[in-house]
Amino acid sequence: MHLTAIDWAIMAIYFVFVLGIGFALRRYMKTSGDFLLAGRSIPAWICGLAFLSANLGAQEVIGMAASGAKYGIATSHFYWIGAIPAMVFVGLFMMPFYYGSRARSVPEYLRLRFDEKTRGLNAISFAAMTVFSSGISMYAMAKLIVALGVLEGPFQALGWPASWMFHVSVLVSALIVLAYIFLGGLTSAIYNEVLQFFLIVAGFLPLVSLGLWNVGGWDGLVARLPSGYAHSWAGMGSPETNPMGVEWFGLAMGLGFVLSFGYWCTDFLVVQRAMAADSMGAARRTPIIAAVPKMLFPFLVILPGLIAISLPIDIAPGTTLEAPAAIEAPATSGGGASDSAPAGMARAGLAQATVAVGRGLIPAKIDEATGRPRLDRQGNPELDYDMAIPAMLAHYLPTGLLGLGLTALLASFMSGMAGNVTAFNTVWTFDIYQAYIRRRASDRHYLRMGQFATVFGIGLSIAAAYAATRFNNIMDMLQLVFAFVNAPLFATFLLGMFWKRATGHGAFTGLVSGTLAAALHHGLTLPRAAMVGIKGGWLGMWHEYPSEMAQNFWTAIYAWTVCFVVTILVSLATRPRPDEELVGLVYSLTDHRHEDTGPWYVRPAPLGALVLAFTLVLNIVFW
Amino acid sequence: MGLDLRWPVGLLFTLLGALLVVNLWWGVVMMVFGLAMIGLARRG
Repeated sequence: MHLTAIDWAIMAIYFVFVLGIGFALRRYMKTSGDFLLAGRSIPAWICGLAFLSANLGAQEVIGMAASGAKYGIATSHFYWIGAIPAMVFVGLFMMPFYYGSRARSVPEYLRLRFDEKTRGLNAISFAAMTVFSSGISMYAMAKLIVALGVLEGPFQALGWPASWMFHVSVLVSALIVLAYIFLGGLTSAIYNEVLQFFLIVAGFLPLVSLGLWNVGGWDGLVARLPSGYAHSWAGMGSPETNPMGVEWFGLAMGLGFVLSFGYWCTDFLVVQRAMAADSMGAARRTPIIAAVPKMLFPFLVILPGLIAISLPIDIAPGTTLEAPAAIEAPATSGGGASDSAPAGMARAGLAQATVAVGRGLIPAKIDEATGRPRLDRQGNPELDYDMAIPAMLAHYLPTGLLGLGLTALLASFMSGMAGNVTAFNTVWTFDIYQAYIRRRASDRHYLRMGQFATVFGIGLSIAAAYAATRFNNIMDMLQLVFAFVNAPLFATFLLGMFWKRATGHGAFTGLVSGTLAAALHHGLTLPRAAMVGIKGGWLGMWHEYPSEMAQNFWTAIYAWTVCFVVTILVSLATRPRPDEELVGLVYSLTDHRHEDTGPWYVRPAPLGALVLAFTLVLNIVFW
Repeated sequence: MGLDLRWPVGLLFTLLGALLVVNLWWGVVMMVFGLAMIGLARRG
């Protein structure tokens, strides 16, 4: 990918603004509350966009475009049932407890509601997960920069060896994130997440517009896609009749309830943004405001994947398409061969041979040992769907806008990193250091510890990024363990907030049982055509799932159900806390007269109802 | 917290838009958005 002076200028201006926000906020960081909680002083619109942007990391932008190319419009389930209902729920029903209890973090809410051991379990697993996720984001960004040859020009000019590109990418991104968080704390991270949100929209909107125009609008795009790719629900009756390989119940219960509510309602990474709001009303509106752009994001991140897969394989940049190309077999099995590589891909720095066996703009994966395309069991090339967005950027955007698009891509990686680091430094300082290491120190001491935690959080992230380069299987396994820990979480919070009889012993036992149930289910099942090991089946073979996604959804369903049942049973057998200790922590014991005054558009309930109605319409339109 | 975010967002988009002035047309759109943000911030 050849960048010119204007591309570098756009990137430089953006990073100057990012660091400038950190410097501008530095003088306001006087207490640990200012640094780690943003002083609870941020307006709802900023918190709302940050709530969304903290989730706009690499997995969202690169991963959803890749899923769009692989599964079609059905990928929108990750938004329209896999996010929006949970975002409305957390705003209407859970923020009053998170915000009203004055808890400084989600683990601290668990201590207030249950007990110390439940908080400890959640805090330690969450802290480990955040630095791991931040490191993976750093690793993915550095890999992408190397793959696209973004730094080739400067490296040649400086006479540096190409082998340093990965190290420079990791270090520069880490230093930028470290600088603006260290200077301005959570406020700086939130402000920069909003800046990143606007930049991501500005960078990708022209890309989608040009792509859609090129293929002849929505109708032209649908005509070029394999059948079933333009529908979200049609074909969900059976896993055999949709590209995702899942059935409607597994999708609705596994993704739409357990996984999405588990993430959006209990993950401190996103909830922290709402807890930084300047009032209870603003805290409740935050996730609902975030839900508005969230429901429209499929058009920004999934469409590029669909367009990339729909283009003819040897299309040169600037080619106007006349008639729809022949509709080919489902993309999951790879495409046909061609002699010429798209010039856009060559421009993106991808080998000609890689593209020649790809599909549309999607290249094949290359076996690093042989340098040849990697083949699946049927002998078809495996496609590298993660290259959908970079390939689209290289294909459609001229120099200038290319710099903007690339900056937007880097911004998305950095917002994911910063979100994890700010969640880590808060949980470390309040839920681990203050709880178990030094209970009674001055506020200034905890402010310094928060800043120190930012530095070693970034350090651990760098270590995780390098570990990912050497121990790929270990990283996959860690990710799997974290999935087991997360799956049952929502059951604990649901019972904690809405059933006053739930006890600390019940919550802790339920969480541990749910995690074990997830591991057990994974160990006894396997997706079709997968090898025993990291994909499952390591305890035996009880059931075969039609796809890995179906297995993931059902693992979550089993984990949640076991946690829910065990928590109830153990709670009934143990002594509950007196009612007066649970005021403000449990629904039935809390005053519900929130700031629900003023015009309808600032009240959470009508706003939430409107968002759900629009989401329903989108589901019907793209049925 | 002391800093009205509409200022940096407005200034960044105005500056990047001016620099771009698809580069021409998208640059104009970005400038209009940036100036609108600055206008909102100035009116408080």
